[in-house]
Amino acid sequence: MKFLRNYLNKIKPNFEEGGKLHAFRSVFDGMETFLFVPNDTSKSGVNIHDAIDSKRIMSLVVIALLPAMLFGMYNLGYQNALAAGAVATTSCWEMFLFGLMVMLPKIAVTYIVGLGIEFIVAQWKNEEIHEGFLVSGVLIPMIVPAGCPLWVLAVATAFSVIFAKEVFGGTGMNIVNVALIARAFIFFAYPSVISGESVWVATESIFGIGYDLPDGYTCATALQFVKEGGAIVGAAGAELSVCDLICGFMPGSIGETSVIAIALGAILLLWTGVASWKVMVSVFVGGIAMVLLFTGLMPENPALQQPIYTHLLLGGFCFGAVFMATDPVTAARTETGKFIYGFGIGAMAILIRVFNPGYPEGMMLAILLMNVTAPFIDYCVVQSNVKARAKRLTKKN
Amino acid sequence: MHRVVKISKGLDINLKGAPVAETTTIAAAKLYALMPADFTRVTPKVVVKPEDVVKAGEPLFVDKNCPEIQFVSPVSGKVVAVNRGERRRVLSVVVESDGKFESVDYKAKDVLSLSAEEVKADLLKSGLFAFMRQRPYDVIATPSDSPRAIFVSAFDSKPLAVDFEVALKGNEDDFQIGLDALSRIAPVYMGVSASQKAAALSVAKNVTTTIFKGPHPAGNVGVQINHVAPVNKGEVVWTIGAEEVIFIGRLFNKGKVDFTRTVALAGSEVKNPSYSKVVLGAQISTLVAGRLKEDNPLRIIDGNVLTGKPTTADGFLGAFSTEVTVIPEIMGGDEAFGWIAPRFSMFSTSRSYFSWLMPKRSYTIDARIKGGERHMIMSNEYDKVFPMDIYPEYLIKAIITGNIDKMEELGIYEVAPEDFALCEFVDSSKLELQRIVREGLDKLRAEMC
Repeated sequence: MKFLRNYLNKIKPNFEEGGKLHAFRSVFDGMETFLFVPNDTSKSGVNIHDAIDSKRIMSLVVIALLPAMLFGMYNLGYQNALAAGAVATTSCWEMFLFGLMVMLPKIAVTYIVGLGIEFIVAQWKNEEIHEGFLVSGVLIPMIVPAGCPLWVLAVATAFSVIFAKEVFGGTGMNIVNVALIARAFIFFAYPSVISGESVWVATESIFGIGYDLPDGYTCATALQFVKEGGAIVGAAGAELSVCDLICGFMPGSIGETSVIAIALGAILLLWTGVASWKVMVSVFVGGIAMVLLFTGLMPENPALQQPIYTHLLLGGFCFGAVFMATDPVTAARTETGKFIYGFGIGAMAILIRVFNPGYPEGMMLAILLMNVTAPFIDYCVVQSNVKARAKRLTKKN
Repeated sequence: MHRVVKISKGLDINLKGAPVAETTTIAAAKLYALMPADFTRVTPKVVVKPEDVVKAGEPLFVDKNCPEIQFVSPVSGKVVAVNRGERRRVLSVVVESDGKFESVDYKAKDVLSLSAEEVKADLLKSGLFAFMRQRPYDVIATPSDSPRAIFVSAFDSKPLAVDFEVALKGNEDDFQIGLDALSRIAPVYMGVSASQKAAALSVAKNVTTTIFKGPHPAGNVGVQINHVAPVNKGEVVWTIGAEEVIFIGRLFNKGKVDFTRTVALAGSEVKNPSYSKVVLGAQISTLVAGRLKEDNPLRIIDGNVLTGKPTTADGFLGAFSTEVTVIPEIMGGDEAFGWIAPRFSMFSTSRSYFSWLMPKRSYTIDARIKGGERHMIMSNEYDKVFPMDIYPEYLIKAIITGNIDKMEELGIYEVAPEDFALCEFVDSSKLELQRIVREGLDKLRAEMC
């Protein structure tokens, strides 16, 4: 490491004001702080600081996402083999490798586009690079279907990074979740790549790995079946067991299917305190409350014929509750507000699932809607403190 | 029985180098200085010139806006320098001690027979009024105000802070007379820690005592005011340090000013952390000479690790400082991949580190910021260490955006920068919260006064 440090010290002057590579200062800065903790010491204020910083927090979220991502890769290969009727003859490694090869270009594209924009903005504003996109860059490929074209991903990432984040002032200033805006952009601009029955299972082999499925192969997501009130059928046409639903052996957006993998991430996030348990728990409470309410009001609705827990196991409910709703920047920031905000997401998600005629999933829209509502919730909570203070003053006079 | 207030939010940072309750005798310093910057937002007008001979209690400078507030020499001797910085701003007035510590004679008085105005006049004349601060704005108090109350915190809960009971030993009478004097001006409220046993505290007269239990910032006077009787808009309360109450007691008890403090030298880089009797404003070199380790580049702090200012051995003890803390400036710099490394030796409130496994362990923390400044990302970080009925995050945002109405609504009148020191320590976005709060208070004061 000493060699690297010396090398960085040697080339550093090129990137400073007046250096010939000054246009790449933000890139150098990003790399340098990635490799070495800056030696800057406090000049005013407290003389000592907690060792935690936003780099570590963001890295933790990425680590928490890994189980879901690795399982998602495996599941891509599994679904492909299942659809081809070749599960018995395909090894786990082949399935995983196939998934990896579907996934890697997606991750690469989002990172190149997203980080590219971050670097340019940091250079332009003369700021350090913010780490927020480290998380968004992993989230975006995980919440799209296997069949999402790379160019759509690139356009959606660019749109969300610029218009959902940078115009507001960068990480920490955005109002809505950046990754979800990318998904919403695809949802509204290119609905055919994110809905319907033909996008959820990868249909083409890559470099001889995986299977080419026949043209016109379709398989709906489990939620679609729930919506229509029928049995939940998997990629091979067989009914899925509860175990399949929990483990995640079903078609869907890449990272969202396995409750177990998501739970592993949730444990890490809650243990380290990066995500708020208040938000997470109340999303589930909100979801369950809404299902119970609707089942009582209109028991004949086709979408409500499944046991309650299926609503929570399917689609992006768990993934959204653990990784999206808990984004500290776009969630409610007051402790009381977090309960209301989480409850709202769970309730909204079920409401949209039950009543939206076109599309079976409601989590994305529910979270975005509550993102927009969160400042108002906080305002109400903070206002109660303000009112108490004002009351104290009038009481005294 | 006294009222007991339990504080649950907060954080005790267990640092290496806490002072042991022993008094180390050190030689008296030759040079003493008074620095106007210690007396927040005072515009100094220097009334002495080099070579002038002064006694302890004779003014070195006065407040230009309120000339009756005098800032007096802590020792007798000869003025040797008036140091100025940019735009001729006065940095310090340095006095060379003659070693006699002669004070102006103020005549001993029975404080309980004096009126509020007489007490104020004596405090102003002796320069002790300069140690009286006020909320709102956390600035030096205005003599013409009639404060609603005077608050004294008899303990300091900051990491490596001094134990006031050590300073109190032998000064019990002066302390009580100081409290008596303050009680002539306004009702006095004293905050005492549940672990303090000194009789002078538990049976103190003419004060309303409240016992505080819990972690830092339970000892911050701002937290105590918030729990006893919060400051409303339009009200003024005064605050004064416990050791300064002893100064006031000496003035009325002995008829002279005696600025001898019990100062702690603490921190991981000090060989034998302990207490010493030092006169206010003494040059720090006499206190630290031969007592520091030499393993790391050092940061000498005039005051506490959370609120003090970095200085050098040639610097002087601040007017309000009760300790000098020495920590490493950088310990093991150029740390690779710190964002993912386990960093077993580091202290953090985050469970992504391992310090939560060893709650009793004490740590050496250097002065590195250990991260870049970001916008506020995590929520509920400040609230966990901010035991007041205030939303700190929203108050900070109101200050950053310069929204005066919002600042008032959210309770800026009740806070001082030091109340945000712990928030600044735990902040993962590394914002300079104390500076932000100071700027907010200054802005509000400029609008209101």
